[in-house]
Amino acid sequence: MTTMENPGRFKPEDFLVEAAPGVAKHDVEAVRQPKSKKPATDADGLSKGSWAEKPRIYSKLAKGNFRNAKWIVMLVTLGIYYLLPWLRFDRGEGLPNQLFLIDFANQRLLFGPIEIWAQEFYYVTGLLIISALALFLVTSIAGRVWCGYACPQTVWTDLMIAVERFWQGDRNAHMRLDQGPWTFEKIWKKTATHISWLLIGLLTGGALVFYFRDAPTLAMELVTGEASTVAYAFLAIFTFSTYLLGGIAREQVCIYMCPWPRIQGAMLDHDSLWIAYRDVRGEPRAPHKKGDTWDGRGDCIDCKACVAVCPMGIDIRNGAQLECIQCALCIDACNDIMDKVGRPRGLIAYTTERNMESRTAGPRDGLRMIRPRTILYTVVIAITGALMAWAMISRSDLDVSVLPDRNPLFVKLSDGGIRNGYTIKIVNKNQTPRRFKVELTGIDGLKTTIVGHDDASAPIDVGPSNVKALKLFAALPRDKAKALNAESTPVTITVTEVDGAVSATRDTSFRSPGP
Amino acid sequence: MTMAGHKHIDEVTGVETTGHVWDGDLCELNKPLPKWWLYVFYACCVWAFGYWMVYPAWPTLTGYTQGYLGYSQRAAVTAEVNAAKAAQDTYRQAIANTPITEVKGKEDLMQFAMAGGAAAFGDNCSGCHGRGAQGALGYPNLNDDDWIWGGSVEQIEYTIAHGIRNGADEARNSAMPRFGLDGILEPAVISDVANYVRSLSGSEQVDADAAGRGKATFAEQCAACHAEDGKGNQEMGAPNLSDAIWLYGGSQEAVTQSIVTGRGGAMPAWAPRLDPVTVKMLAVYVHSLGGGK
Repeated sequence: MTTMENPGRFKPEDFLVEAAPGVAKHDVEAVRQPKSKKPATDADGLSKGSWAEKPRIYSKLAKGNFRNAKWIVMLVTLGIYYLLPWLRFDRGEGLPNQLFLIDFANQRLLFGPIEIWAQEFYYVTGLLIISALALFLVTSIAGRVWCGYACPQTVWTDLMIAVERFWQGDRNAHMRLDQGPWTFEKIWKKTATHISWLLIGLLTGGALVFYFRDAPTLAMELVTGEASTVAYAFLAIFTFSTYLLGGIAREQVCIYMCPWPRIQGAMLDHDSLWIAYRDVRGEPRAPHKKGDTWDGRGDCIDCKACVAVCPMGIDIRNGAQLECIQCALCIDACNDIMDKVGRPRGLIAYTTERNMESRTAGPRDGLRMIRPRTILYTVVIAITGALMAWAMISRSDLDVSVLPDRNPLFVKLSDGGIRNGYTIKIVNKNQTPRRFKVELTGIDGLKTTIVGHDDASAPIDVGPSNVKALKLFAALPRDKAKALNAESTPVTITVTEVDGAVSATRDTSFRSPGP
Repeated sequence: MTMAGHKHIDEVTGVETTGHVWDGDLCELNKPLPKWWLYVFYACCVWAFGYWMVYPAWPTLTGYTQGYLGYSQRAAVTAEVNAAKAAQDTYRQAIANTPITEVKGKEDLMQFAMAGGAAAFGDNCSGCHGRGAQGALGYPNLNDDDWIWGGSVEQIEYTIAHGIRNGADEARNSAMPRFGLDGILEPAVISDVANYVRSLSGSEQVDADAAGRGKATFAEQCAACHAEDGKGNQEMGAPNLSDAIWLYGGSQEAVTQSIVTGRGGAMPAWAPRLDPVTVKMLAVYVHSLGGGK
């Protein structure tokens, strides 16, 4: 054992102190805790100057149901993020074959057979609104579930910590390494960790740019140096920010940078689930020796396993804290210990404030998931979702806009007739070329012409996923124009697909000098 | 502990407060900033100083600090404009090499010419002809199908390039005699001719007797240019008097005034002011407004 020569604080025997038979007592203090016992200016993490040092948190690997759930969430979310741009979808000739593509150049978002054009961005807005409301609902039911399991910051930090454990070992080995001198072993382990983090960052940034351009093409361009400066810039930004935020900054992001925890404070109430140490059951805490009775004392053996696994560096036994992202790793850690000492699980568990209070008084209170707050969020989500679904289902793959000329409103022709002009845009949201016929009806005797076409009834070809702008002139002979008894006469422009059932009508008007 | 600090410690957390008290008991804990936050702040300050050094930053009495990079937004815009012009070069070259009658048949050139023509029209022509080319009294409406000097795209191009009655030899030149001012016709005769002219386009408020009297005078004085039937002559720039469009108005007074003064508006030549491709694009644009022949 080379560790005997280490001058650091940690000695092997530190790890041999037992909180209970077979349960090591961790030599750990929460790096963030109430300072009531100490003068404010003399506390750990609180220097006498105007800054606080970033505390080093060595979180121990937890094992249990919640840890497994977090692994699964990480696998699924990162899997989707990294692999989605590589999935293909055949849209036919001349169109991108990427399943999910944010096509900036053509101002549209492609997702399978769905195309969202720039002017239809409200679909995305609707999705964001639903997401926000879902976040409200989940928070009011089960607290910071988003922070604890699904937030990218949490997921990537978790991944970075896993990589760090792979190279430098779990908590104790990692601390010994950090306390020890700069040996060759330490140098290569640290280097390997940082290189791994940067590679993860590179993959993350790479995956991001793939969402905006054909992934295989861009991947080749990135390697051969032919990609655009923008692609490289975003690759660099996201590589660096993933490395910085996930690898280095970690909990600092949640505590100091993220506004969401503060907002969530407004959504929690007495009935929201949150992770708590049941002090009614746990106190008074004390180490437990073999053969000792459990009567007259709490179940907490003060082993500090919950503190050792905490990625935020707090002691959950101090109650609800701003730093707690409710990742539930302390539940796993404590359950493991309770199993070992033969006490029931759930000393640290998901519970509600109402439950905590009622248990202090005696009987246990049930969960109240259905409350005005959660009903409201659910109803609003349902309404928004229904509106969105309705808009999506009733959405046509043909869009027509008609803009009548306004300057001049009408043109007097040499024969005394009146002519109006209309700019018609036909949007073909289909991924196949289509042919349309344009018709203007409403006044007898109107003669229509389309600029660039010999015949007003000529078929108009619109390419796949394309827009065609047409100029349509409608002229009314003198006698018919004289018969118009209003300055504005309603007319209808109909765009019908040749050999198809789709058509769109737009009401507009024919302007004349009037009676 | 000295009294100099007047430190107030929050009882629950043991943390010093900022010293301010709101609503009698509400204090703010004086938590220190994270060290990294402070360093980032200092780095931003340094960055700001660097920025002042390399970019234009501070106003001085007579100008501003230029910065070591010599950056100027004006120069950047000029570069961007030049880049945009260079990007247009292929299209402009293609339009220059394409006969004007064939531009319409080439979709990409047509699209470019229409956009370029519309922009040039707004800059150069809309002052007289209006933003929508709708014209005004004395300034022709370019949307209609009545053309004094011809409505083919080549004729329009020529008119734009050389203008009308602007003194140049190449300009479209025509002059109608000042029948009243120069005493060629008596006022009563002019009134008769005006009635006749208005009858040509089927006006309902015409004094039929006067029109009948004016017919002979018209054949004698006007038909040489405006033709026997009053349909005019585009070669000579003589307007069609039998249609429904009146450049100077179709009332008895307006037509009388036209015969008395001879009218004759002028249009500048644009060939000396605009490059040939722009003139070509303008012609294509005007021709496509609806009345092109």
